[in-house]
Amino acid sequence: MAKLFEYQSKEILKKYGIKIPDGGIAKTADEAVRIADEIGYPVVIKVQIWETGRKGKGGIAFCEDAECVRENAEKFLGMKWGQFTVDTVLIEKRLPIKAEYFAGFIIDDSTAQPVLIFSSIGGSGIEEIAKEHPDKVAKMHIDYGRGLYSYQAREVARKAGIRGKILNKIGTTLAKLYKAMREYDARSLETNPLALTEDGEIVALDAHIVIDDYGVYRHPDLGIEIAREFPRPATELEKIAWNVEKNDYRGTFYFIQMVTDVPPDGKHIAFHGAGGGGSMMSMDAVLNAGFKIANFTDTSGNPPASKVYRAAKIILSQPNVVGYFASGSGVASQEQFHSARGFVKAFLEDEVDIPAVLRLGGNYEEVAIEILHTYLKDLPVKVEGYGKDDSPDFCAERLKKLVEENGGKLHKVKPHKEFEPKGTEYKIETMTGAIYIDHEVCEKCDEKPCVEACQYDVIELKDGKPVLKIDPEEARKGKCTECLACEIACRFHGKGALHIHLPIPGLKEYRDKIIKEQGV
Amino acid sequence: MAILIDENTRVLVQGITGREGRTRTRLMKEYGTNVVAGVTPGKGGQEVEGIPVYDTVFEAWEKHGPIDASAIFVPAPLVKEAALEAIEAGVKLLLLVPDRVPIHDVLEIYDYAKKKGARFIGPNTLGILSPGKAVMGMIGGRAKSAREWFKPGPVGVTSRSGGITSAISYYISKAGLGQSTIVHVGGDAVVGLPHPEIVKLFEKDPQTEVIVMFGEIGTSQEERVAELIKNKEVTKPLVAFIGGKAAQKGTRFSHAGAIVEGNRGSWDSKVNALRDAGAIVVDRITDIPEAVKKVLGK
Ligand code: SF4
Ligand code: SF4
Repeated sequence: MAKLFEYQSKEILKKYGIKIPDGGIAKTADEAVRIADEIGYPVVIKVQIWETGRKGKGGIAFCEDAECVRENAEKFLGMKWGQFTVDTVLIEKRLPIKAEYFAGFIIDDSTAQPVLIFSSIGGSGIEEIAKEHPDKVAKMHIDYGRGLYSYQAREVARKAGIRGKILNKIGTTLAKLYKAMREYDARSLETNPLALTEDGEIVALDAHIVIDDYGVYRHPDLGIEIAREFPRPATELEKIAWNVEKNDYRGTFYFIQMVTDVPPDGKHIAFHGAGGGGSMMSMDAVLNAGFKIANFTDTSGNPPASKVYRAAKIILSQPNVVGYFASGSGVASQEQFHSARGFVKAFLEDEVDIPAVLRLGGNYEEVAIEILHTYLKDLPVKVEGYGKDDSPDFCAERLKKLVEENGGKLHKVKPHKEFEPKGTEYKIETMTGAIYIDHEVCEKCDEKPCVEACQYDVIELKDGKPVLKIDPEEARKGKCTECLACEIACRFHGKGALHIHLPIPGLKEYRDKIIKEQGV
Repeated sequence: MAILIDENTRVLVQGITGREGRTRTRLMKEYGTNVVAGVTPGKGGQEVEGIPVYDTVFEAWEKHGPIDASAIFVPAPLVKEAALEAIEAGVKLLLLVPDRVPIHDVLEIYDYAKKKGARFIGPNTLGILSPGKAVMGMIGGRAKSAREWFKPGPVGVTSRSGGITSAISYYISKAGLGQSTIVHVGGDAVVGLPHPEIVKLFEKDPQTEVIVMFGEIGTSQEERVAELIKNKEVTKPLVAFIGGKAAQKGTRFSHAGAIVEGNRGSWDSKVNALRDAGAIVVDRITDIPEAVKKVLGK
């Protein structure tokens, strides 16, 4: 879930006519002081992180003068919060407060409705408030078709103990907050405290919005880089992975680093799951076998071979892992030879130096396993393929054995060499890359297995040379599924004239950097 | 008997001319599903796998109605429109296959479906299959595998993970048993027919003698099933496995979420609630067939 920072959340609230304190964000102490001087003292200065509960952990300071602002800004900027490093602080005018409330909206999965929760006590955690003062908290399920009216919100506030004229302002504020939640595709929206100032205004002193990952595309204004849940800003490698995912709607590819700097302890493995439940089950199996996971990856939903190839290349950009474990549910509906070919291309390109256990159970698993065993048998390490009748636990034990046999050798990242065409090749553009065929070489090829390998009827022989059989536009739009069958057939059974170039922007530079560090 | 679909269910395919639509229409037809028509706006008049394609659901209904169910294979951003159209046209059961449907779209579909007396499975579902009768979605991938992996029998399977739906069912078949219906309720936080709804349908289905449920951390689905058992609304034996024990703490919408969900959502909460209610919770997925056999006295 894409979490927004407090200042971003407040910008949204402002758009909906909700009052927020004057202020601004700063990335340096100088900026912080300038903002504070501009809005006037007293001010409050707050770290911008995704967690709540900043106050108790010393992430908020109140200041009467510039010196205090500078001191705290310097302290806050660069501060570590778990895996997160603070790089932004918010400086706001401190307002005289008469009362503090809590207002929040979440989605209740049991009724499939948004729920409004309002409390006439705010400031501290809502869970505690609800426990200690249940009479001060009221909630209401919202009819999605009708939305939330002010009169309904007033009734909720009344039940929470609000009386008098302020009910009107609270009612309209809550209705506006709901509108913001709905229109911004929020999974949740909270403002705590929502305050009543001495001069009778309702002001959101804090705000916390979580945007639904799947709705992020409707809000380019938010500038959310990666619409996935991360405990910290995305790493370089995760950004490279997200780019792959973003530019290819076929299937899903998720990549997160559990450890950003894999220690050379001989325990960490590369993990490549398929499907939520299957991945979880497989992860349990390797953890039980005593391994640790360097990354969590999931390629599922029938991804093309090209996507699995890119996933594997990204996974193999992590040094110090001792094995590669891929496993899904075991009984996948998708044709498993696509994943197998993706692995083959990636593993051959990188001449993989760590053993791998790839559990590819499901449709055509026998074909998938044969592809792995046939084309990866000459690697210096063992790659074993398994199917639906081999349990994740068994496979994890196999990997353990293979890692032992390999002496627990640590993976070394290799340079990412992109295919460089000479310029004279015959070229077929595909959805995310291109096929290059050196027709001069094809003349010496008797069998011409590439054409037969293409089950999608994309290429044909003309004058003894493989050429596109369909409209180039159709090939580009996905008729060529980037299944990699022609390339593998050509490499092993032809003369090696055919190369499929699948660019992964940024990976070459990333690997070069890692290799440099590796060398030290 | 079976639940939700059988060989007589008249099925429409929305998005039939797309990559997935085409492939899965073949699977459905070959398995025996009664696919009567397809819809892709702007592509009316074509045929896919011998199935006539129409521009709107209303038109498909005019020519082939009544339509009992619609399988939706359109891209995620278009799912809401497709679903609302089908509901408005009178279809009472929808299957929303795509992943990444915005949650607010799901809430809107849910609201309209409720008001119109329609139901939906998904989004983000592999589908539903009644062995030997019909399949909607893509469980099995191809008809040949679907026939090999799934057999008619007394076990009702409901699961929150697509791959695991097939895996559990396959293990059950391998143990010499079979399934009444196999349902992947969908992987998202809000789905149209969550576990408790499916379990209630299995309770009423004469073919189903035992229910197998694959749950996961997050949401309140499994706890609500436990409540149904406690209240005696569900009396058939239920064997469950809950995934995500080793995974990070459950996904909570927010702190305020705790107020609505209570302590629901965590692995412990689900396992305890189910065991308390009298369900059998196994520790490993591969233990399911044995547990089922025991319950059936085999
Ligand atoms: S297999 Fe390779 S060398 Fe042979 S014809 Fe095809 S592309 Fe050319
Ligand atoms: S040309 Fe054919 S075999 Fe080659 S990648 Fe494309 S679809 Fe696959």
